[in-house]
Amino acid sequence: MPFTESQVVLRLRGIRKSYAAPVLRDVDLDIAAGQVHALIGANGAGKSTLSRIISGLASPDAGTMVLSGEAYAPRNKAGAESRGVHIVQQELNLVPTLSVAENLFLNRLPHRCGVLRRRELRDRACGALAMVGLAGTVDPDTPVSQLGVGHQQLVEIAAALSHDCRVLILDEPTAALTDPQIDLLFEHLRRLRAAGVAILYISHRMDELRRIVDHATILRDGDVVCTAPMNHLTAEEIVRQLTGKEIQRESHHCARQRGEIALQVDRLSRDGVLHDVSFEVREGEIFGIAGLVGSGRTELLRAIFGADVADRGGVHLGGAAEGVRFREPRHAVKAGLAMIPEDRRQHGLLMPQPVLSNVTLGNLRRFASWWGRIRARRERDSAQHFCRAMDVHYQGLDQRADQLSGGNQQKVVIARWLLRDSRVYLFDEPTRGIDVSAKATVYHLLNELAGQGKAVVFVSSEMRELLEICDRIGVMSAGRMTAVFRRGEWNQEKILHAALSGYSR
Amino acid sequence: MSAPREHRESSEPMRASRGGGYRRVAGEYAGLVIVLIAMVCLFGMSSRHFIRVQTFATIANQIPALTIIAVGMTFVLVIAGIDLSVGSVMALSASLLGMAMVDWGWPVWPAAAFAVLVGLCCGLANGFVSVWFSMPSFIVTLGMLEIARGCSYLSTNSETKYIGEAIEGIGAPLAGIGLSPAFFIAVGIVIAGQFLLSRTVFGRQVIAIGTNEQAVRLSGINPVPGKIIVFAMAGLLAGLGGVFQASRLSSADPNAGIGLELAAIASVVIGGTSLMGGRGSVISSFLGVWIIAVLQTGLAQVGATEPTKRVITGIVIVVAVIVDAYRQRLGNWRRPLRS
Repeated sequence: MPFTESQVVLRLRGIRKSYAAPVLRDVDLDIAAGQVHALIGANGAGKSTLSRIISGLASPDAGTMVLSGEAYAPRNKAGAESRGVHIVQQELNLVPTLSVAENLFLNRLPHRCGVLRRRELRDRACGALAMVGLAGTVDPDTPVSQLGVGHQQLVEIAAALSHDCRVLILDEPTAALTDPQIDLLFEHLRRLRAAGVAILYISHRMDELRRIVDHATILRDGDVVCTAPMNHLTAEEIVRQLTGKEIQRESHHCARQRGEIALQVDRLSRDGVLHDVSFEVREGEIFGIAGLVGSGRTELLRAIFGADVADRGGVHLGGAAEGVRFREPRHAVKAGLAMIPEDRRQHGLLMPQPVLSNVTLGNLRRFASWWGRIRARRERDSAQHFCRAMDVHYQGLDQRADQLSGGNQQKVVIARWLLRDSRVYLFDEPTRGIDVSAKATVYHLLNELAGQGKAVVFVSSEMRELLEICDRIGVMSAGRMTAVFRRGEWNQEKILHAALSGYSR
Repeated sequence: MSAPREHRESSEPMRASRGGGYRRVAGEYAGLVIVLIAMVCLFGMSSRHFIRVQTFATIANQIPALTIIAVGMTFVLVIAGIDLSVGSVMALSASLLGMAMVDWGWPVWPAAAFAVLVGLCCGLANGFVSVWFSMPSFIVTLGMLEIARGCSYLSTNSETKYIGEAIEGIGAPLAGIGLSPAFFIAVGIVIAGQFLLSRTVFGRQVIAIGTNEQAVRLSGINPVPGKIIVFAMAGLLAGLGGVFQASRLSSADPNAGIGLELAAIASVVIGGTSLMGGRGSVISSFLGVWIIAVLQTGLAQVGATEPTKRVITGIVIVVAVIVDAYRQRLGNWRRPLRS
């Protein structure tokens, strides 16, 4: 092991865990004080399970853990926290109806004889929010439900940072964050690192890992396949270790024939959220939408799709002269639109239901007799066909959606829309929090849809993937579309500049 | 990858998964059936008169109203709603049935249809108000509970109205079989309800609405009609329950069905339907009705007093739900939880 005895804060030996199948097999891991240690692995490699075990959310079947020289076997999250081990999970664990401040200090609210000390709570919350750069932007008394996903994520990180921790586990902390927010987060992580905190960092984003991580451990199918200083690992080496084979890095963009205008958005406005947004997408085109979190990207897609009703402006489909404002998603669907929502758990999936009903949701009529009896055979065949087309890894159509990994859940949501032949596809952050191979499937699909002459709108927070696969990129900033770039005209700097420009008006 | 209109795809794992499906279905009901048999054996050991055809025929003729109301309640719980008004609606439709036959001199069939229609209207009102004003169905149906009960007292002057022989045909045991037509109708409704819930587009949408209404809306389905139909169905079945009830008693009793909504909810929940929505089975609810009915009859036969019966019934309800929740969690533990 690469660390000296005195550096190691947390030592794992022979950690084993099985659910239906073995998830972790004899994992050894040493985490050193004052280091950012990355846990890298494809979905299903066991990263989350390992972090759940360390943070007391799950218990290992076998193996030992030693924290600062003493045996460590937390029975639950509180037990781990009392020993100074904190986790920020990928899924948000906030109480939506309580305020930001109350969420930050939920298990240690300042009180006198049980009566809340509001002033003190507020002050402490302001301090904690300052650590993630939200001091001025988010009022500690706002209910969490009114914050966007990005801000909620930051609140959760702030809650963890406000503890005195020895070990901090971050599971995909940047999935919903914008670049400036990430910069700020990294600044604080570096400070914690300097103060001797051991940070276990889980992420799929290679560029981030390069920036912040000192040491990396790569998991594959529950085994540690490699542990080394980050600067000893090349990108090719990591991918090779992840998949166990060499992967050719392919460019995802391909040239296509563009057709007629399929979707024209004309000065779409929603009070306080969207201001005169106009753009058009042609058949066979992938139109990317960049922008900071909260810049109105999700709101734009929702307004086009009729999930929220726009106040002014409209949408022209297939070159129609008359603009429409959809009042309900079903009207948009009928007109040939499809939307893959940002939050697949809340808005996309029926989590406890089988894959089958998730895929065929909204499409059942086509398998049914005239009075509504579902022809089971046809339904299953068709669902299976599209799951296979999306390369979903599952045990069967009867497996529950919440048992799938994030990437496979996303594929199921997309498969649902492939079953229904649409003309315009709106993808809202389809690659958020999914592993490298699932991302490749999504890129491949976007290209294939465009190749079939569909119009594709693709919202993403990952600049690199936008640059890689889009034909044009529109940039949202403070509810306005401040720029549209053609392939070749753009660079990261221009896009970032446009993304910030709306806020200075 | 364009959506093919024909589905010629091979489907090699189909057979295996189908077989697993049957086994799973059998497993789903096995628990309830075992509990039911165990209860029958237990009462059979404590009372020499319990295990007789007569006992079960009596139970079967008592439960049709509760059975069909539980069917409606299953659908309501599956969409994560609740209907507290079914007992009152049943009493109202029975009262109006009595009024139609006695005061207006209607024949039995139009009067029965009228009673069912009254139930349907109450259900529609529940559905429309709760959907239109996005009100919790708990509150809306609590209001309907009072309104319908009040109306049934108003229409009968708070007196039980004797109807007579004309209505008895539905609820009285058939000669030679010992079971009433009402029981057969109820069983038919259970089977139809199970089919509707598990094999039709409507049923699938109801389950989806109860699981995640946002996702349903964003997938291009309008959840509103489904929700209203479910409440309308619950009302309609409560109305039919009123006909069964009036037939069994040969009279219209405005005090009928007090607390029936709780018995129906208890049966449905014992059957494993989730109060959180998205999960339920009509046949399990029917087994739940039997469990409660056997418990009541059995306790009476071994000489338990009314208060004792209530205490024991209460314990059984809570234990049943705890066992079901435990079984569910066990299912979750088995799932592979990975990164």
